[in-house]
Amino acid sequence: MSTATIALGNQRIERSPGHIAAIYLKEMKYEFLKNLRLRMYTASVLSFPIMFYVLFGLVLNAHQTIGGTGVPMYLIATYGTFGVMGASLFGTAAGLASDRGLGWLQVKRASPMPPFAYFVAKVVTSMIFSTIIVLALFALGIALGGVRMPVVDFVRLLGTLAAGSLPFSAMGLAVGYFTGPNSAPATINLIYLPMSFCSGLWVPFMFLPKIVQKIALALPPYHLSQLALGIVGAGNHESSTTHWEVLAAFTMICLGVARIGFQRDQEKMYG
Amino acid sequence: MIATLEQPQPIETEISTQIVASLEGVNKNYGSVRALRGVDFRVRAGEVVALLGPNGAGKTTAVKLLLGLMQPDSGRVRVLGGDPTNPENRMRTGAMLQVGRVPETLRVREHIDLFSTYYPKPLPLVEIMAAAGLEKLGERKFGDLSGGQRQRVLFALAICGDPDLLFLDEPTVGLDVEARRMLWDEIRRMVERGKTVLLTTHYLQEADALADRIAVIHEGEIIAHGTPAEIKAKTSGKRIRCITSLGISSLREISGVTAVKQDRDAVEIHGVEAEPIVRELLARDATLSGLEVSSAGLEEAFLALTHEGAQNGTQSK
Repeated sequence: MSTATIALGNQRIERSPGHIAAIYLKEMKYEFLKNLRLRMYTASVLSFPIMFYVLFGLVLNAHQTIGGTGVPMYLIATYGTFGVMGASLFGTAAGLASDRGLGWLQVKRASPMPPFAYFVAKVVTSMIFSTIIVLALFALGIALGGVRMPVVDFVRLLGTLAAGSLPFSAMGLAVGYFTGPNSAPATINLIYLPMSFCSGLWVPFMFLPKIVQKIALALPPYHLSQLALGIVGAGNHESSTTHWEVLAAFTMICLGVARIGFQRDQEKMYG
Repeated sequence: MIATLEQPQPIETEISTQIVASLEGVNKNYGSVRALRGVDFRVRAGEVVALLGPNGAGKTTAVKLLLGLMQPDSGRVRVLGGDPTNPENRMRTGAMLQVGRVPETLRVREHIDLFSTYYPKPLPLVEIMAAAGLEKLGERKFGDLSGGQRQRVLFALAICGDPDLLFLDEPTVGLDVEARRMLWDEIRRMVERGKTVLLTTHYLQEADALADRIAVIHEGEIIAHGTPAEIKAKTSGKRIRCITSLGISSLREISGVTAVKQDRDAVEIHGVEAEPIVRELLARDATLSGLEVSSAGLEEAFLALTHEGAQNGTQSK
C-alpha cells in the first residue's frame, strides 16, 4: 500500500563531542534562565541571605567582632553557607519534583536529550546561583562593611562555598525523587531552616545551646560553614580534612538515595 | 465486509511493507489494573495509524511503551527495528505527550531552541514555528499561553527534530475547531513528506480525518481494527429495541447483529441493517413487543463497538 520506506535497525547516527557539549551548555543556559525568571526562586533563595546579611551584618552589628573576626566578615561565611544551601536545595529538588510529577521529565526522556544533561544542568545552575549569592555578600561586605582580606583567601572562600553547593544539590536530587510537586518546597523548608539554625548559620555557633552544638556535628551545613569560617579565622579549629570527608560522604549517600529514586521511576512510570 | 472485522487479528497480509513500530503480545499491569492485555499492534512506514478509545482504555500506556518510557510485563516492543530505548531511535522519533506542567518561565522560542539542539538535523526554527502556527508567539513565555497554544508548542517540540516517526498522544485535546483543523493539516503535511505517525484520540471523527488505519482499544484490548471506512461501517449501524423472550445469546447468533445488551426489561440490539434482523426477530418470537428502530449515533455506535469487544473478551475466557 504504502511506498514509503524508512531505514530500520541500528543506524549510525552519532552526535559529535562538540554537539554533545553544545547540548549540555544549552541545557544549563535554559535551566539558569528558567530559575532566574522564577520569582519564587530568586525572591526567596537569592534575597533572603542578602537581606539577612545587610540587616545583621551591616546595619546592626557592623562594628562588633565574634571570636576576633569582624561580624561583616564572619557573616559572609555563615550567610554564604545559608545561601548556598538554599540555592542548591531549591534549585534541584523543586524543579525535579515538579518535572517528575507533572509529566515534563517524560517528554524530556522521550527526546534524544542525553539523560545526564538534565541533572548536570541542575547541579551546575545551582552552583552558579550559589556563587552569585556569595559574590553579592562579598560586594556588600567590601563596599559597606569594611571587609578586607587577601585575594588568596577571597578565592579560597568563594571556591569552598561554591564547591559546597554539591552536597546540597545531591541532597536536593534525593528530595526531588521522593517528594511530589506540591510537597517538595515544604519538605525543603523543613530540612533547610532547622538545619541552618542548628549549624550556627543564624546564631553564631558558640552561642548555641550545648545540645544543639552536639547535633550540629552531624549536619552538613555545620561542616561547610566551619570550612568557610576557618578561612576567615573564626572556625572551631577542627581538621578541615574531616569537614571535607563528611561533606563528601554526605554527597555520596544523597546521590545513592537519588539513584534509588531514579531507578524506582524507571520501573514504575505511573501515578 | 463486516465479517473481516469480527475479531482483531495481527495483520500479516502485507509482509512486504515495512513495520516501523510494533507491540507484540504486550501485557502491562499497574498493580491490579490491567492496562494492556495481549495487545498486537503494528505501524507501517508512511502510514497514519490512530489508536481510538475512551479515556483509560490504555492508549497512553501503548504510546509510553513505544517511547521506551516503560517496560511491558510481557510481550515485545519494537521501534525502527530495535529497542525503543535505543538512543539512536530517539533521534529519529518525536513525541507529543500529555503534560501537566511545562517550565513556564521559558519563552516559546527558547523551548524549541533547546529541543532542536538534541537532534542531529533539526528543522529551521522559522519552519517549526510556521508548522505549529506559533509565528507570533515566539517571545511569549510558556506560562502566558492559552491551552491551545500550549498544545501547539508541544507539537512543535515533537516535530522540531524532523523525525521519521511521530507519536502524538491526544494531540488535539483542548484545541478549538480551527486549531484542530490546522494541526490536522500539519500532520497530513508530515505524512506527505514520508513521515509515519501514530496518534491516539477519543474522537472517531479525528481518527477518520487523519488515519489510514484505526485500531479501537477498550479496557486494554484492541477490539477492532481496519480502515476508517470499515470502522465507520461497523459503528454506524442501527439500534433495535424490543421486549422479547429470546435469550441474549440466541439474539447474538442472528446474522448482522453486532451487539446486544439488556436494558431493564427490554433488549437493545445493534446491527448494520435493521430489516433483516427485525425479520428474523419476528420470525423467531411471536410474542415480541415494544419494537423501536433508530439510527445509532456516532458515539453510541462506538459504545456498542466497545461493549461488543468487552463481551467478546469475557466469552473467550
